[in-house]
Amino acid sequence: MKHIVKIISLLVAISALWIGLLQTSLISPDYPLMLPVYLVVSLGCYGLLMVGVGLMQFPTCPQESMLLQQDIIEAKTFLRQKGVDIGSN
Amino acid sequence: MGDEVTKKNKYSIIVPTYNERLNIALIVYLIFKHLKDVEFEVIIVDDGSPDGTQEIVKQLQQVYGEDRILLRARPKKLGLGTAYAHGLKHASGNFVVIMDADLSHHPKYLPAFIKKQIETGASIVTGTRYVKVGGVHGWTLMRKLTSRGANVLAQTLLWPGVSDLTGSFRLYRKSVLEDLINSCVSKGYVFQMEMIVRASRKGHHIEEVPITFVDRVYGSSKLGGSEIVEYLKGLLYLLFTT
Ligand SMILES: Nc1nc2c(ncn2[C@@H]2O[C@H](COP(=O)(O)OP(=O)(O)O)[C@@H](O)[C@H]2O)c(=O)[nH]1
Repeated sequence: MKHIVKIISLLVAISALWIGLLQTSLISPDYPLMLPVYLVVSLGCYGLLMVGVGLMQFPTCPQESMLLQQDIIEAKTFLRQKGVDIGSN
Repeated sequence: MGDEVTKKNKYSIIVPTYNERLNIALIVYLIFKHLKDVEFEVIIVDDGSPDGTQEIVKQLQQVYGEDRILLRARPKKLGLGTAYAHGLKHASGNFVVIMDADLSHHPKYLPAFIKKQIETGASIVTGTRYVKVGGVHGWTLMRKLTSRGANVLAQTLLWPGVSDLTGSFRLYRKSVLEDLINSCVSKGYVFQMEMIVRASRKGHHIEEVPITFVDRVYGSSKLGGSEIVEYLKGLLYLLFTT
């Protein structure tokens, strides 16, 4: 099953649930009527939140860049000894 | 998993290069430094780099042996996806590692990939930058933002089951990579995403190991402008075809 089909089925299921809710609603129908809007808004918020949290906790590795510099020096020394033409400095 | 224990594994490390004269020498040194008790070969797919990358590769062959370093050049720049396919044709190992030459993928993680594969019997081990012990260095806030946004979007829409979709530091069982590479058509970043999403849909066992990603020190990145548009198109394409 293509993934888009899964997503559409999910949306259809949610809509069915919503229509069911609208029809059987014991309380005033205004409340369930707004549900899809809430759903979209909360989905958007979830997305923004995930991006925000992800951004704040973005793992970084400044020490790695220093380690890499050491590795580069080590590699250059070795390669130069072996006569590999890696240029000066 | 039985065959992995009885038969000795061989790893073919495919490194595509375009103007990586200095980097290729450094990375080959680091690969040999970190892969001690493993049988492996390095396959360099160079697309006719004008900076003389191939001369350096030939010198490296003198140092490390022509059977350990294979130069499989192509006449002109034909793109990354086909470079992997080209390298794969010459791979003699039962496992294949794909990594960039620009040192953003550090060879010191290779043992972790191999260990993870042996422990879990996975068909694919993929490096992830988005976990605590992993990470990136040298990215601007903008790059982090697009990366996060792209990731959240892809996770929400595709449910891929892997945390880092666009990273390209990966170990594949050779037969699996051969099968995947033929079913993937995208270019650039989307290619990496397509590979892992299709693999996941096909039910292959995928494992992750944390890696760090230090933005390239030497040379310049060859990816330009309309990346975001391409990415969104790729996402849609994957929604409808996987
Ligand atoms: N053979 C080959 N290698 C390429 C080509 N384009 C990029 N590369 C190599 O692929 C790796 C990653 O490329 P790069 O443009 O730096 O991507 P980025 O650093 O992820 O933005 C490097 O090792 C490049 O030398 C190409 O057209 N052909």
